[in-house]
Amino acid sequence: MSLVVEIQKKLGAFTLNAAFETDRGILGLLGASGCGKSMTLKCIAGVETPDSGHIELDGTVLFDAKAGINLPPQARQVGYLFQNNALFPNMTVRQNILCGLHREKSRIVREERLRTVLQLMQLEGLEKHRPHQLSGGQAQRTALARILVNEPRLLMLDEPFSALDSHLREKLQLELRRLLTDYGRDVILVTHSRDEAYHMCGQIAVMHQGSILTQQDTRALFANPISIHAAMLTGCKNIAGARRVGPYEVEVPEWGIRLKTACPVAPELKAVGIRAHSFRPEEEQNAAAVQWIGEMEEPFEWITEFRFVPQLAGTPAVWRRFSKNSSTEKYPNHLGVAPENILLLYQD
Amino acid sequence: MDWYPLWNSLRIAAISCALVFFAGIFAAYYASKLPRAVKGLLDVVLTLPLVLPPTVCGYFLLMLFGVKQPLGRFLAQYGIQFVMTWYGGILTAAVVAFPLMYRTARGAFESFDETLAYSAMTLGLSNSYIFWRIRMPVCRQGILAGTVLAFARALGEYGATSMLIGYTPGRTATISTTVYQLWRTNDTAGAFWWVLVNLAISMVVLLAVNLLEDRQKKAVRR
Repeated sequence: MSLVVEIQKKLGAFTLNAAFETDRGILGLLGASGCGKSMTLKCIAGVETPDSGHIELDGTVLFDAKAGINLPPQARQVGYLFQNNALFPNMTVRQNILCGLHREKSRIVREERLRTVLQLMQLEGLEKHRPHQLSGGQAQRTALARILVNEPRLLMLDEPFSALDSHLREKLQLELRRLLTDYGRDVILVTHSRDEAYHMCGQIAVMHQGSILTQQDTRALFANPISIHAAMLTGCKNIAGARRVGPYEVEVPEWGIRLKTACPVAPELKAVGIRAHSFRPEEEQNAAAVQWIGEMEEPFEWITEFRFVPQLAGTPAVWRRFSKNSSTEKYPNHLGVAPENILLLYQD
Repeated sequence: MDWYPLWNSLRIAAISCALVFFAGIFAAYYASKLPRAVKGLLDVVLTLPLVLPPTVCGYFLLMLFGVKQPLGRFLAQYGIQFVMTWYGGILTAAVVAFPLMYRTARGAFESFDETLAYSAMTLGLSNSYIFWRIRMPVCRQGILAGTVLAFARALGEYGATSMLIGYTPGRTATISTTVYQLWRTNDTAGAFWWVLVNLAISMVVLLAVNLLEDRQKKAVRR
């Protein structure tokens, strides 16, 4: 447990109330835009000041409202990769990276480390380029090089892939994950993309309207998001209010159906979620009669929209998603869901 | 040919421009960080000399620094008198040119991407390094424009100057007050000559700015 964050900050009608801890590895901060992810990072970096709370990194108190401690950003040793990379436009790639080496007194050591990082980041030959001459990937690698030579104790990445082309994105995700794993320090990655979070992070903290809803291991979170917003952020398309009717059975009034579950249901159940790819015509459990409404074609998948026959009027249609390669029927009369694929949601 | 007005105008413009450069940047930097309400009020006060007739500025300066006013008398004890002295021209030029520097610099600072400063801070760079080596160079276009405007305005200042320091040949005469004085005394040829001098200076300044900008653009492209 090397980073401990527990902060509050009021911004007009919005209240940030973030509390989480990290262990070695990459922690994902997953949330919709405007939920306070970037503000949280800024508070950790020290460029914004929380109203109250406590931030501690590797035993050093960075901020504590009660004790009146608020280290300036310069003293926090926290690396921050901004969404726009924040390269200094008046400096070359070389000068930008040397900004991260300003603490190093020896010129020889500086040059040596500059050369090493240029090689590591595949930036050789671009030393004299200005930021506006770089591609998106090169600019990001330069910004990352500048941060890595500064040797921060914690690295924070703010939506690092959102500005990149989709074909570059996955390549860079792989590269960055390898790099960060070798780097062996704490990393916080802010993202609104569940794919990115899943690819990159060992743990995910889900943020909604300024609060952390849940923090879990990535696989556990996707298997059991617990809260409605977490389920939505992990990409669950079908969520409806539900109540317990038996130890392993729930009723979904909106859809007019009852579903059997694999896990025991607690009485405080709020809703159930069913991922679009969990509906299968071959599945005999939880099978229900459906009516088809529409379809949407993706490169390799079909998304079809349907309603359960007894579904209440005015409620949103249900989505199903399946591979075009599968031999499954496109418009069956019945769809079923395996009980282990019913997500039981207990919180908002 | 008495070259005194040229020399006097240039030193007044240069010194007041230098003062306004630092004062304007300082005010602009801190104003851009203030909450909106305070900023609005400060803005009005700091921009007022731009919209007031220069004679009104001259009136206020006389009310402050006149030999019979408290502040004027206080300064006179230390041998400083802004009325009827050449360096009184620095005061009037600076007051009138200040809003131009302040407003252009503030515009430049407000469009500065604050994440650059944030990332520099997290890299451990000092605040003064960030200001002089990042914020100023990134905002240089606006700051340069403000400086040129301030210099041109200081060089051309007439109204407040004529009220505070008047026109004494060889002592407080500037190009603009000389042009008026010569015209008033029917020396049209003399007035025309000084008009040409003024035109020449203004064109040299503007050309220099254009050259500077071109060079910067090339440097960025390289």
